[in-house]
Amino acid sequence: MAIEVRIPTILRSYTGGAKIVEGAGDTLTELIDDLDTRHSGLKGRLITPEGGLHRFVNIYVNDEDVRFLGALDAKVKDGDSITILPAVAGGALGFAAAAALLGGL
Amino acid sequence: MIAGVCTATGQVAKCHGNVNAVLTIDRAIVDAILAHARRDHPDEACGVVAGPIDSDVPTRHIPMDNAARSMTFYEFDSMEHLRVWREMDDLDEEPVVIYHSHTATEAYPSRTDVSFAGEPNAHYLLVSTREPDSEEIRSFRIVDGVVTEEEVNIVDATVKA
Repeated sequence: MAIEVRIPTILRSYTGGAKIVEGAGDTLTELIDDLDTRHSGLKGRLITPEGGLHRFVNIYVNDEDVRFLGALDAKVKDGDSITILPAVAGGALGFAAAAALLGGL
Repeated sequence: MIAGVCTATGQVAKCHGNVNAVLTIDRAIVDAILAHARRDHPDEACGVVAGPIDSDVPTRHIPMDNAARSMTFYEFDSMEHLRVWREMDDLDEEPVVIYHSHTATEAYPSRTDVSFAGEPNAHYLLVSTREPDSEEIRSFRIVDGVVTEEEVNIVDATVKA
């Protein structure tokens, strides 16, 4: 048994086109580290250089947004299904102003 | 001006195999998007038009909540986003169009729009409601930070009644 991870179109270049990959770990951080060993570069699209969850993606453990589960510290286990979706956001606001409003992009 | 704007055909051909540099969309859906944008004005409105995978035909209009409820920013609610994307998956659909309104500026992708654009197969439709009596509707591909404008071809009855 493993943890199933659903990869959005925009990140499938890191998974050889695969829509679903499998990984292991006790927390989201460990899972992402494990995925990055086989899908190099994926981690950089999910985690900022400062070590936070990237603003451009939403990650869900089963039916919950990980931002409500402790973000990168969210617990995961075998049998869980992880979904990654590119955040859909934007608007007329200038990028710098949006970044300030959202606490950094 | 946004860096990396390019002419339509070359870029699209390079980025996508099955994509034409035109968005063909039913008038009834465009009218529903415009009504949504007017209803939420002066806040930005946002939503999706789903269609069968690889068809490039938008058939099902899904207005989304703007969780930011802002005049200058929009953001899908993360739980509604997951629910709608799963529903599309179950129906073998994909987001053919992702739309939002600018309520005081032109219907052209801002730097924020370009930074967030994460669906390389989607048509990014922008509507401006800055003029009370007329709307601007424009469509773009946004791939790897490159904005490519495309034609909007509004037709009658591509959607089954």
